[in-house]
Amino acid sequence: MGQITLSSITKSFGDVNVIPPLDLTINDGEFVVFVGPSGCGKSTLLRLIAGLEDISSGKIEIDGRNATDAAPAERGLAMVFQSYALYPHMSVRKNIAFPLKMAKMPQAEQDRKVENAARILNLSSYLDRRPGQLSGGQRQRVAIGRAIVREPAAFLFDEPLSNLDAALRVTMRQEISELHQSLKTTMIYVTHDQVEAMTMADKIVVLNAGRIEQVGSPLELYRSPRNLFVAGFIGSPKMNLITGAEADRHGCATLGVRPEHLEVTADGPWKGVIGLAEHLGSDTFLKVAVEGVGDLTVRVPGERGLHHGQTISLLPPPDKLYRFDANGMAL
Amino acid sequence: MSRKTTATRQAVVTVAAWTIGFLIFFPILWTIILSFKSEGDAIKAPLDVLTSTWSLESYHEVQERSNYLKHFWNSVVLSLGSTLLALLIAIPAAWSMAFVPGKRTKDLLMWMLSTKMMPAVGVLVPMYLMFRDFGLLDTRIGLVVVLTLINLPIVVWMLYTYFKEIPGEILEAARMDGANLRSEILYILTPMAVPGIASTLLLNVILAWNEAFWTLQLTTSNAAPLTQFIASYSSPEGLFYAKLSAASTMAIAPILILGWFSQKQLVRGLTFGAVK
Repeated sequence: MGQITLSSITKSFGDVNVIPPLDLTINDGEFVVFVGPSGCGKSTLLRLIAGLEDISSGKIEIDGRNATDAAPAERGLAMVFQSYALYPHMSVRKNIAFPLKMAKMPQAEQDRKVENAARILNLSSYLDRRPGQLSGGQRQRVAIGRAIVREPAAFLFDEPLSNLDAALRVTMRQEISELHQSLKTTMIYVTHDQVEAMTMADKIVVLNAGRIEQVGSPLELYRSPRNLFVAGFIGSPKMNLITGAEADRHGCATLGVRPEHLEVTADGPWKGVIGLAEHLGSDTFLKVAVEGVGDLTVRVPGERGLHHGQTISLLPPPDKLYRFDANGMAL
Repeated sequence: MSRKTTATRQAVVTVAAWTIGFLIFFPILWTIILSFKSEGDAIKAPLDVLTSTWSLESYHEVQERSNYLKHFWNSVVLSLGSTLLALLIAIPAAWSMAFVPGKRTKDLLMWMLSTKMMPAVGVLVPMYLMFRDFGLLDTRIGLVVVLTLINLPIVVWMLYTYFKEIPGEILEAARMDGANLRSEILYILTPMAVPGIASTLLLNVILAWNEAFWTLQLTTSNAAPLTQFIASYSSPEGLFYAKLSAASTMAIAPILILGWFSQKQLVRGLTFGAVK
């Protein structure tokens, strides 16, 4: 079990209100990703759930039990930190066994659980090494191993992949997703990387300045963002946001169109010159200066031979335009 | 081509490093060489210094004339005593500054360190008078207190930088793993702090062992450490290079041996925890 309910929780540091009243329910077995720009309060929210910070008001329930004032260890949650936070003076084996040792579990059972976790995470041959002798990815796996052995109600991940290089990040991302599928335990994952959020989450919580902007599945957020913030944050490259006369013509304050939805045609209404063409192989990203509209990013298949300086015309897809009012809310 | 320049560069750096190392070591080497010469050969040095006869004569004489063991024992008591006392005071101080810093922690540290910038001789007279009035002149207890106080700023500062290096997330991880305060101190903090404390201890023992200003001013015989032992051969009977060298060699030998066996800790100590 691992259902977590947050009821109007707040957090202030002195006079600064980091989290205004916030409600959220995380269902058992869900993979929930908190995503948002740095300083949006996502890590603070995670630390409040973990119990590493006290909430200023409100209520936290874990599996129906009131955990508001419970110590971190009593909440039955396990956390994987950004810096891995391994104990540098202990071997991998002792690192993984530490929570079991604290729980005063019999040695034989400890050994069995550690061996089992090491097997799942491909760490069996490193058990007697120190964390300092491991690579970044292996350290990350040890940190996950230390979380697994406790069989927690939920796993909390605080930007666990941000210290890894790009290639390893993709591999570890998949490993964590696979782990979730096999363990079926609730996971709460904090990241500022919207690609991680889109690929891993069952449910994404988009945060901005401590407030929840929108909660939904990755595709829901992609297809129907509730406001400008979510529209600009989810999707890569970012959605083009157009204001001024062109928006007025569509009866809104801001008009949004995703780069992948713009079509390059012979006689589209938007004409412009390609300022920059980024060739990624499979795709090409074009920066096009469209007269009366502004700079737009356009995503076209890589085989289209378009390059800098060419004049092209674009067709905005009528059914895939996003319209926002003056307050930034979707119309 | 780049490979060749790297090799040349490495050769130059190696030669330079050995040269500098030799230059720094040379006075000690010279002292050791002279200590094995007769007084007559020593005074003629550097002529025939390597070809003239080697002898233990100076050591015999130093041994006969003064009590090496007494001075040695005083040095041990003073350096170890002052170091342990300093650690006793500095560990809680550095601990609280590193883990529960206040608004003025940095200023406090700077102020402590600034006391080291004052020349010791500036307080010689008041210190001497206080020692005289309290009957502490030429006592070990008095010197232990003085050596503790003069090294305390460095000890606090070093321990502070070590403790600062222990990441807060590790303590949080331990708390998540179910460690209470006792287990946290026992299994996480202490093992992680011990290398830092050991380096500090070693460096401070060496600093206290070599301290010459206060030990020479405030002792005569009873509490006199090895610095006094060397000084007693430096002038009164004219120039006795060989005996002075023998006394110096005997005084630095213990600390040299200690330093040799604890090189790793020492380097860590001297770099103030800058390298991980």
